[in-house]
Amino acid sequence: MTTLHDTAPGRQIPDRLQSPLQRRLKSWETLLLLVAIGIFVANSFASPYFLNAWNLSDATFNFTEKAMIAFAMALLIISGEIDLSVAAIIALASTAMGAAMTAGAATPMILLVGIGTGLACGAFNGVLVTRFGLPSIVVTIGTMSLFRGISYIVLGDQAFRGYPSDFAFFGQGYVFWVISFELVLFAVLAVIYAVVLHLTNFGRAVYAIGNNATGAEFSGIRVARVKFILFLLTGLMSGIAAICLTSRLGSTRPSIAFGWELEVVTMVVLGGVNILGGSGSIPGVVIAAFVMGLVTFGLGLLNVPGIVMSIVIGALLIGVIALPRLWSKWRAA
Amino acid sequence: MIRRTFTKLLAGATLATGLMGTSALAQDDPVRIALVVKALGIGFFEAAAKGAEEAAADLGNTEIIYTGPTDTTAEAQIQVINSLIAQGVDAIAVSANDPDALVPVLKKAMQRGITVISWDSGVAPEGRQMHLNPSSNPLIGNMIIKLAADELPDGGKVALLSATTTSTNQNIWIDEMKKVMGDYPGIELVATVYGDDLADKSYREAQGLMQKYPDLDAIIAPTSVGIVAAAQAVVDAGKVGQVNVTGLGLPSEMAGAIDSGASKSFAIWNPIDLGYSATMIAHALASGDATAEPGAEIPMGRMGSVTLDDDNAGAMADPFVYDSSNIDDFKSIF
Repeated sequence: MTTLHDTAPGRQIPDRLQSPLQRRLKSWETLLLLVAIGIFVANSFASPYFLNAWNLSDATFNFTEKAMIAFAMALLIISGEIDLSVAAIIALASTAMGAAMTAGAATPMILLVGIGTGLACGAFNGVLVTRFGLPSIVVTIGTMSLFRGISYIVLGDQAFRGYPSDFAFFGQGYVFWVISFELVLFAVLAVIYAVVLHLTNFGRAVYAIGNNATGAEFSGIRVARVKFILFLLTGLMSGIAAICLTSRLGSTRPSIAFGWELEVVTMVVLGGVNILGGSGSIPGVVIAAFVMGLVTFGLGLLNVPGIVMSIVIGALLIGVIALPRLWSKWRAA
Repeated sequence: MIRRTFTKLLAGATLATGLMGTSALAQDDPVRIALVVKALGIGFFEAAAKGAEEAAADLGNTEIIYTGPTDTTAEAQIQVINSLIAQGVDAIAVSANDPDALVPVLKKAMQRGITVISWDSGVAPEGRQMHLNPSSNPLIGNMIIKLAADELPDGGKVALLSATTTSTNQNIWIDEMKKVMGDYPGIELVATVYGDDLADKSYREAQGLMQKYPDLDAIIAPTSVGIVAAAQAVVDAGKVGQVNVTGLGLPSEMAGAIDSGASKSFAIWNPIDLGYSATMIAHALASGDATAEPGAEIPMGRMGSVTLDDDNAGAMADPFVYDSSNIDDFKSIF
């Protein structure tokens, strides 16, 4: 947040307005972390069941699959694009896996089909956006209906069930004690995406495109290729999420993951990613995932009706976004 | 703070492991039964919750947690069930949004010593201890002909208005009805027509029946669309009092037909009884008073008892009869 306040007559513009420590303390991530800690403490006082290792472990399933997609979505939104077809990709990938399973495929093949379907869907979105120059929001609203529509045609009111027992590990298995496979995968992916976005040339290119795509093009960044890769990654993550979710449910219906695209975007925006592109961070998205998971789980323990939960999440989103702006306005005044 | 959290965490974990696999209920602690519905804000389920509260009052020392997701998705219902497992409820009675997708999470609940039953909309057998159907096919088949026959002490002619020719439920109920026709002497089934569960086609088929059989005494429609359309056709033909419309319908949609007299009575499950019975069964299983196994008889308080079949499923009761005496109480419920 390096907004320049009115500078003195000498027009001396310092390199940094704040020391690195100060900047870190005032960052979005710190604010979110405080919110997360606040929610954690409030939850432990509100419900006697909250501080229990197994319960907290169960709670992570509320967000791990969505968060995996949110990592790729964060990069895509930072670059100035969006993918609203992610939940539909889950449905199609899950349907493809079910069809493969019915045809007699073993677990490794089912995994390949899930990942392959995700990649194919992402490539389809990517080609439409980068090759034909269509706006991504329009393209992915279209493919959202298309992908899920195919699932409905294949399955109708039926379901694929009877996945092999070793397939259950990906959504129901534990690596160590209460640490589930999904949680480990979530952590590994978080590290990978953080490194890619914050420490590589590719990551810098993503920011550059989001801030000024034309400028980036003239600086020698192959904008179309980077964007295509980002769509591919979002499709890949949706395919991986489809594997986890299908494994956790042990069955496939065409309505699987219905409405998840908005929850994923909410997570990304809550994590401090600018919806207009150009800024944001992976640690922010990780904390946002925990915030959303902790809020829904905490309210669930108090048996708060779902509609109230949606209201709380909405209020949280508006609150977290509005507060820093109000704060800086109030200080400037 | 951190240290306290950690020790609590450890204590919680040991407690959870200690409790796993047992369903022993500490004395004096209330038995906590969660009634999980497809979605909140649906009249049918609100009525079931009322029945559950009634059962809890009868049982004493029982707490009902009435909960469910906002939309009818399996994922949202799983989230709700996860938080119930975390709270260590004694029993979960669920009307499922998906018979398969809930199985893994319900299995986990059973592993942690929670009694799991399904009611209304069932779960695959491996995901629950028993399933409570609102009624059974033979009971429904008998009820629809009985409702018509009760109004015809001297016998008479009845016709069936069904949904489609391929509708599985309809055909089973009609077959069951034909099996017991002998118990109702003097009642003659003159025709079976199909309205395809479309309001206008059902209306025309009912009109056709009255023209073809001028001395028709009753139309039996075991479908909620057909019964409303048939009642309207009877009113429009000016045959109220001559032709009685009965079958299966929803109180909210049938209130007008009962008021006009086109229908003397009709039947459907009673959600209050359903919530009541599910709670009674969940309590009996959780407290160890009954075991869910094929052939077992599980008590349901004022609703008698349910006998389980080979799939550990059972039927609650005859469909509940609605007429002018009780329609006003139910028409706002569902």
